[in-house]
This record gives sequence, C-alpha cells and structure tokens, in this order.
Amino acid sequence: MEENVLLEKIADNVIQGRVEAGDEGVEEGLEGQPAVTELVTEAVEKGLDPKTIVLKGLTTPMEDVGKKFEKGDYLIPDMLAAAECVGAAMDILSPHLLKSGVESKGKFIIATVAGDVHDIGKNIVAIMLKGAGYEVIDIGNDVPTDRIVKAVKDHQAPFLGLSALLTTTMRTMGDVIKKLEEEGIRDKVKVLIGGAPTSGDFASQIKADAHCRDAFQAIDALKNVA
Amino acid sequence: MSESFRQGVVVKPYERLNTEQLELLHGASLRILEDPGIWCYNKRAADLFKQHGAEVWEETAHEAAFWRIRIPASMVEEAIVSSPSRIVLGARNPDNRLVLDAELPRVYFGSGSEANIWLETEMEEFASTRDKERRIKAPRHTEVRGTTAHLARAAKLCDRLEHLDFFIRPVNIQDVGINVDNHDANKFFASLNNITKHVQAGLTDLDKLNDVIRMAEIVAGGRDALRENPVISFIACLFKSPLQLVDDTADKVFAIVEAGLPLVISSSPQGGSSAPIQEAGMVAQINAEILAGVTMTQLIKKGAPVIYGSVAVRARLDDLHDLYGCPEFNHYNVDSVQLARKYRIPCYSSAGVGDAKVPGMQALFEKMLTHTYMAMTGAQYIHYAFGLLDRTNTFSPLQAVLDNEQIGKIKHSARQAKVDASTIDDVLKMEKQVMGTSHRLFTRHARKALHAGDVSDPYRFETKGLEDRILEQAVSFMETLESDPAPHLDKDTVEKIFTEVPGILPQLKQSA
Repeated sequence: MEENVLLEKIADNVIQGRVEAGDEGVEEGLEGQPAVTELVTEAVEKGLDPKTIVLKGLTTPMEDVGKKFEKGDYLIPDMLAAAECVGAAMDILSPHLLKSGVESKGKFIIATVAGDVHDIGKNIVAIMLKGAGYEVIDIGNDVPTDRIVKAVKDHQAPFLGLSALLTTTMRTMGDVIKKLEEEGIRDKVKVLIGGAPTSGDFASQIKADAHCRDAFQAIDALKNVA
Repeated sequence: MSESFRQGVVVKPYERLNTEQLELLHGASLRILEDPGIWCYNKRAADLFKQHGAEVWEETAHEAAFWRIRIPASMVEEAIVSSPSRIVLGARNPDNRLVLDAELPRVYFGSGSEANIWLETEMEEFASTRDKERRIKAPRHTEVRGTTAHLARAAKLCDRLEHLDFFIRPVNIQDVGINVDNHDANKFFASLNNITKHVQAGLTDLDKLNDVIRMAEIVAGGRDALRENPVISFIACLFKSPLQLVDDTADKVFAIVEAGLPLVISSSPQGGSSAPIQEAGMVAQINAEILAGVTMTQLIKKGAPVIYGSVAVRARLDDLHDLYGCPEFNHYNVDSVQLARKYRIPCYSSAGVGDAKVPGMQALFEKMLTHTYMAMTGAQYIHYAFGLLDRTNTFSPLQAVLDNEQIGKIKHSARQAKVDASTIDDVLKMEKQVMGTSHRLFTRHARKALHAGDVSDPYRFETKGLEDRILEQAVSFMETLESDPAPHLDKDTVEKIFTEVPGILPQLKQSA
C-alpha cells in the first residue's frame, strides 16, 4: 500500500471509530477489514515517519470528527470511538515518537476519589485526553488520597484530574489538594476537577485550577492551564 | 408502480379482551343487527339488503318513510369474509403509499378532521411587573375561520411532518366563494396540490364525486393508474348513532364503492348519549354499526376495499359534549381494533383529541393518553392524531408540530423488540470486548444502533434552563418547516385539472 493511501486509510478509520479489525464502523460492512491498530502497525513497519502518521492519520481526522460533533452529525459515541482510535495509535507510536524527539503533551493522572466508585465520567475524560495527545495514567476509582498524591510524585505528572459523583465524596478532592500542598508539590501540578455535583465555585473553594463540566471542557482547560 | 411504502411502526398489539369477551361482543353485535336491527333512511340500501335476504319492512315517522332491517348473522359473516384484508392507499410520491394489512399490526398516524377554527400562534415577549428587565416569551393565540389557504398551508406543513403518514383535511374551508357546489373540488385540490402523501376526505356533494375522481385520475396518471395507486380515498359516516343508516351517506357509499375506490365506513357514537357508556354496550353497538356498513359495501360489490372505522367517544356527564382524552376512549377503541383484527379488516381508529383549547400541558396529557394506547393496539390507520384542539373544533399547526414529535417518540416506543439469536451473539461479543478494556464503557458500541436509527433523539423542543421554552422552540421549528417550498403539482397537471374540473378557486392555481 502506498504511503498516502495508508495514511488516508488510517484517517478514514479514525473517522469510522474502528480500533481493531473486528470493530464495526459508522458505515455498514467494515468488520474484518484492517482498522487503526493494524494500519498504524503496518505504517510503522514500512518506516513511515511517526510525526506524519500523527499529523495526517490522526490529528486531521480527529479535527474532522470534532467538526462533525459541533454540527451535530456526530454524538459522544462517535467522538469517543475516534478518540479511542487515536489513543490506540499513540500506544503504538509513542516509542517511535520518543526516538524522534517528540514527547506527549504531558502525563495526566486521573482518578475517582476515595469513597466513590463512579467512573463513567472519569473514563470518558481519560479516553478523550488520550485521544488529544496526553499520556493518561488512570489509577482507577475509590482511590485513597495518599495513593493519588504518590502517583503524581512518582510520575512527576504536571496534570491531575479528580472526579466524584457524590456530594459526600467531592470534599475529598479538597483533601487531595491539601495533601499536595503538604507534600510541597502543589505548584508543580495543575489540578482539574469534574463530576455532577462540582462547580466552578467549588473548584475555587478547594483551590483547584479548573472545573470541567465535561471531557471537552477538560481539553480546553488543559490548554489554558498548561 | 414500485413496491415502496411508508414503514409506519409494526407493533406487538396490546389487547384488552380475552377470546371469550371478544366472541361475546361479536355475538352481541350480530344480535343487535337482528333485533332491533337498523333504521334505514335510504330506499336503495333497504332494497339491497332485502334482495340479499334481510328482513325489511317499511315504517313511517314524521310523515316520512323509512325501513327497518333485520340483518341476518350469516349475511354479516359472509361480508366479513369477502372484505379484503389488505388495502393499498396510494400517494403522489410512491414512497408515501400505505399498506393496510389486517394481518399485520403496522400502525400509521395521520390528521383529521374538518375543524372549523384555525388557531394561529405567535410568540410575544412579556416583561415582569416587578422587574422590567426580566422578560419571558409566551404564546398569543388567535382563532380564525378555516379557509382554502389554511388547508393548503396545513397540507404543505403535514407533508414536512415526518411522522404523519396520511392526510385527512384538518380544517374546513369557509372562504367567500366556497359553496356546496365547489366544496369538494377545492378541498381535494388544496390538499393534493400541497402534499405528496395519501389524501382522504368525506364527500360533501354526491354530484361532485366524478369531478373529484377525475382530478385524482389526472394526478395519478389516468383511470387505471388511480385504481392501482389510489391517491385519494373516502370516509363515510354511514350511521347516525344509534343504528340509523343515513340517506345521503348511503348514496355516497353506493357511488364510491361502484367507483372502485377505498372507503372507510366509520361510526362515532357517543357513550352516554347515542350509545351506552359502558364498554360492552358501546363496543357492541359501534361494532354493529360498522359491520352493517361493511356488509352494505360487500353487497354492492364483493371484495370492495373497505376499512373498519371506529371513532367511539364518551360523553362528558356535565355537559354531554364529547370527551376524548379519557380512559374510556381507550377502552372503547382498543376493543374495536381487536374486533377489526378478528375480522381481518384493516382498522381506521382515532387518537390525539382532547378538551384542551391551546397547546400546553393539558393538550399533552390528553393526547399522550390516547396516542400511546392506540399506537399499542396495532390499528393500521389512526386519524385525528395531529393538531386538533378543543375536541375536533380547532386545528393548530403548532400543535401538529408538537404532536409530530410526540408521535415519533411513541412510534419508537411501540417498536417490536429486537431480540434474536444474531443480536444475542452481538451482545455476548460486545460484553467480552468491553470488559477487556480499562474503561469498561459501552458508549462506542452505541454507534451502530445510533446510526441505524435504533436510538431515539432527545425531545426536540427540550429546554435546558429553568424556563419552559417548548412552545417558543416549536414555533421556530414550524417556521423552518414552513419556509420550504410547497410540493406543488407540475404546471401541465394543474392546467389540466383547472380545465376539466370546474369550481376551483383561482387563488389555488399554483404549480411547481
């Protein structure tokens, strides 16, 4: 397959939201055909420049998907599928990008705080941020404050995302920020919070850096706080 | 002619009656037709029944002759068997044809039914008396008498309402210049020239039937083309309840059946005045009236395309007006649909009427109550469903737009379950796949269903803030729909109709 054809196929499959060959697309009858994982692997094996793969095969179609979403042609499932494709491609490309001197947009630790097992929103944010080029480290749900802070330290992560669905657990986000202060690393990490009961006021109250209503706001917020 | 047709929604029918109850009602209807029988005010109809073996005798009331007819059960049973179970209703756009198959509970929704009042709505801004800066928009409604322009506008709007499957003129035409002589030509032309879906109406003047049929033949492309693709059909409310066969309607039934076009035999007794209010009594009587009408069509011409038309309604007991948006309406009409299914005759039923005078919460409640239930019955052809207010006295285009959204959701709710071996295979594969990921989200896997139309959209007029802006948004949506050009007939067709069919108002002469 020629380089341009291969890149176009990767891009098409991002738009179709097909991570692996067995996946369905938006259109009928795509199951069984190579998808993003297989095509990106092939591209790497053929020696295509990983930066070109990212630019033409991933970034451009992801922008198209974003436009379709804004127009209402695509909904969240389409966005997530495309983001998952980009995430899967980045897993394959990351070592090659590093060799080329290209780094990710940064490590992003994400967790649902202690006492709260709700993780749908957190997972959506994780998928979207990975698709946006961040190195997302998801440490799960019901995560004790100490473990969150340790993860930030261990990974030297510049970004931390905290999620909570309950009014009883959202206060724990404040505890995490206090603990970051106590450990002397608060100024090294930007803390984004989200979840149904949270708000901009609450974010200010606990001294978080940003409140995100949804995954799209998280992407925007990261651009602003970075 | 292609085999395309509107899909409607195929449902798993909800039924109130068990087999014994169904047979009891059927038996009661047959006994009513034998004794006391019907009071017939049309000699030709009386002769027809007599000629085929019914007991007929003449009586006099108020110095006028009428005929008492005892219809034997065997005659009714034969007519039930000879009535076709599948009727195709045509349309200007073949994709809009309807297949009414009594063996298949495919539900279509349409408009009705000759309201005299057209309700115009515009949004107006109001300021708070406490805080002039605080403003809200509220509807201002104006009642006007219906005209041909309104009917044309209704047809054009209804063409754009995706969940409206057929068009029964929702507004009566009362322009200066409209009279009995040109009523039929104008109402059919204003409809046919503005909608590509099936058009159905009652006939005002028997003498104008040929003009109407000629108009439809020109639209369909000729005499045979009209029979193959009947772009129009008729409704005849043959009985004045209780059990009185109306003279001039009987003549129309003869003519329409002889012309070979589809006909609804409808009956609309009022429980509590012209029929018993009790479910068993109402249903036995309306069924008797409809069966007598069906029998008459089959005596005129065996195999004539006839539709079982049930519009059973209850009386309000405070003023004896019709009360449509009530539980008894559902009881009566759900039972009637079940009887039509037993007879294997396509069923014309009703839903979406209430006492509400304007669009709003009451209208939503009354309409939802009957739209939902009647969709679940599997009646093939549900009229009255769009835009009616103040019982059947007012048509509101805004309400039609709101009803369209509601009926879309109800059709979706009534769809049959998609559970089979193939879907289960997909589910098992999906469960394994998602549980193998870190995020365990099924969201991505919603896409196939989403793009196949299996996942419904949120309510189109939803308001996200604390103000109720449903009507404002519906008005805006209606304006968008109405800004599209009308689907007029081509110039030659319009010219031909104006040449061959007299009496059409010149202002209706518009073409594509």
